[in-house]
Amino acid sequence: MSRFVERHPAWALITIIAIAVLLWLVFAVWPPGLEEAIGRKRVFLNAVFNGVTLGGLYFLVASGFTLIFGLMRNVNLAHGSLYLFGGYVGYAISSATGSWLLSFIVAFILTALVGVLLQVIVFRRMEGQDLRQTMVTIGLSIVFADLMLWACGGDFYQIQTPSWLIGPVDLPLITAVKSSGEPVYLRYPMVRLVIFAASVVIGVAMWLALNRTRIGMIIRAGVDDRDILAATGVRIQLVFVLVFAFGAGLAGIAGVVGGTFQSLSPGEDIRFLLASLVVVIVGGMGSIPGAALGALIIGLAEQLGSVYIPTYAIVVTFLIMVLVLAIRPQGLLARR
Amino acid sequence: MSKCSIGLLALSSLFLSGAAIAQEKIKVGVTATLEGTYTVLGEDGMRGHQTALNVLGKKIGDKELEFIVASTDATPDSAVRAVRKLIEQDKVQILLSPLSGDEGIAVKNFAKTHPELTFINAASGAQETTYVDPAPNFFRYNMDGAQWQVGLGKYAYDEKKYRKIATVGEDYSFIYTQVFGLVLEFCGAGGQVTNRQWVPLGTKDFASVIAALPDDVDAIYLGLGGADAVNFLNQYQQAGGKAHLMGGSIMIDQTILSSKGNAKNALIGTIAASGQADTWEDPGWQKFVKAYQDAFPPNKRFPSPSLLATNYYGSTMALILALRQVNGDLSNNQGKFREALAKIELDAPNGKIKLDSNRQAIGTNFVTEVVDDGKGALFSKVVKVIPNVNQTLGYDPAVFSKIGLPSRTVPECKKY
Repeated sequence: MSRFVERHPAWALITIIAIAVLLWLVFAVWPPGLEEAIGRKRVFLNAVFNGVTLGGLYFLVASGFTLIFGLMRNVNLAHGSLYLFGGYVGYAISSATGSWLLSFIVAFILTALVGVLLQVIVFRRMEGQDLRQTMVTIGLSIVFADLMLWACGGDFYQIQTPSWLIGPVDLPLITAVKSSGEPVYLRYPMVRLVIFAASVVIGVAMWLALNRTRIGMIIRAGVDDRDILAATGVRIQLVFVLVFAFGAGLAGIAGVVGGTFQSLSPGEDIRFLLASLVVVIVGGMGSIPGAALGALIIGLAEQLGSVYIPTYAIVVTFLIMVLVLAIRPQGLLARR
Repeated sequence: MSKCSIGLLALSSLFLSGAAIAQEKIKVGVTATLEGTYTVLGEDGMRGHQTALNVLGKKIGDKELEFIVASTDATPDSAVRAVRKLIEQDKVQILLSPLSGDEGIAVKNFAKTHPELTFINAASGAQETTYVDPAPNFFRYNMDGAQWQVGLGKYAYDEKKYRKIATVGEDYSFIYTQVFGLVLEFCGAGGQVTNRQWVPLGTKDFASVIAALPDDVDAIYLGLGGADAVNFLNQYQQAGGKAHLMGGSIMIDQTILSSKGNAKNALIGTIAASGQADTWEDPGWQKFVKAYQDAFPPNKRFPSPSLLATNYYGSTMALILALRQVNGDLSNNQGKFREALAKIELDAPNGKIKLDSNRQAIGTNFVTEVVDDGKGALFSKVVKVIPNVNQTLGYDPAVFSKIGLPSRTVPECKKY
């Protein structure tokens, strides 16, 4: 951090000012002139919160994707199918047992199993052949999409939100002051806050596991140099299978999350594959903090875009991707 | 090239006639949105089509109809691709296409490049399709989005006493047309439309759109369909939304009213208008509902046919009846068949339908209100039936043409 400030004092200053402005926008009561210029504070705050929570969902999908890529150099284009599969499994479980939490566990385990099968049956056979792997995963994603269409139909599925999460909560953020002097607080859907908190916990846990545990050390070593790691006697194939299972399982969990606050239907697989591709390209292939930053940026861009420039909202995310590719092609937080 | 293919065709028909008793086929291409946001709508459209075949049969004199289905995803290019494939690869002679608004405009324009074939619109409802520069070989037996909103504005103003409303709609031609019909009537009655929000087709995260809804309005009009509508309702419920709602024709429809989950309950009491009403007591409608229910097991259909099923039923019916009138004669560039199509008066399940000089339907419209049947299923209940709704919505054509074409900002909120 301090090295960044020393090296790029101008950028550091701009970043600090931007953060300060953002904090002021979030916490201060807006003067009437500002409300006239860019609309009500409630709309702005909601867009920011939505962007952050949507970023949480994108992070769940993209972190698995980037982890698998970072370690194995597999571009797994069937990752979106794993997301949708997890979502359908979650729906089946939660409608059969009524338990939302159980649906997460089962979705994680089943998608992780699919991930293991993918790794053992497909990727191990064509290790190191990037193009072949990419083509095969594209093919698999089409096959999976049709299989799921066959099994679940074209219907929209929504995973029932547990009753304790339905409805909004008041946040201690003032959006406006009534003429009587009574402050109006921000009301925000509870379920989105919980999901965001959960993705932060998962993100932090992943970071800790990667940086503070022995298995994390092995994975990081594998990311840096796979061959040397294998030469030191680590059972690299086992590590691959574990990482693939974990990444796939995360996609499955994300499917349950997505099915809870959005909906599941054919086509979602492609949408989330695209989102996670954009996220990891912006954040940097193979980097977990990069995935977090990329997810946050893309989530905010989508939501602020849909409020302030609705016509061009779709373009904004790709514009960001193009900018990043032009200025810093390796991604914002990539190491190499 | 064409000579060669004609030769091949002649040769193959020779073989076929030698092999068995000659049974000439008439090939019809059908498109439906079986992918993407409107998948559910396309599937139910195909159910309506199948119901029509069950009721009317596939025989035209001594010929038989053969249907080839292609899938689209509600975008204009997917529709043109599907239609092109049906014509060039499958050699269809008649098309039953397409389902969605933007697709309709694209297919109408494409129809002009194939004047020798006939296009029957399956369900699309953008105004422009038949109102601006219509194609002589394109026939539409369903009303457009604006016609489907007739009666709603007045009902909201006079009966529900709404004075100010805001709209949220998907950003494409059919919803423009729906909002066009609503705004003309509601503002004509003296109401105000304060805010029109447009979201891209296929939006998943509506949270910010919901936050931006104005508080100071009496009701919010929702012009959404398919997955978008379900997502909106789900997130609206999570955000604790409580406003009065009004619905467009594919919002208040079995495709949404029978979706899974309980978010749809926000719609109970919502007023809407459409080319059909689930609980209409007309015997023709009831017969159609029965035929639809008998054709599919309960878990493979909706409790009652959606607007799409009804439209596909109507267009398939027009196709078969007109073909029977001319005994399957498609000679002279299908001239006789087209004459029959233009003249035919359909006794469709949702009321009598005839065509105007642009080959656009004049039909019956329904104002409805969503009710719970007591067992958790939602239906649209008839409030008002309005017969003989034409494309200019009862306006003088000269006045109507001055209003402009439906778009994000047209029409203005005033009395024309």
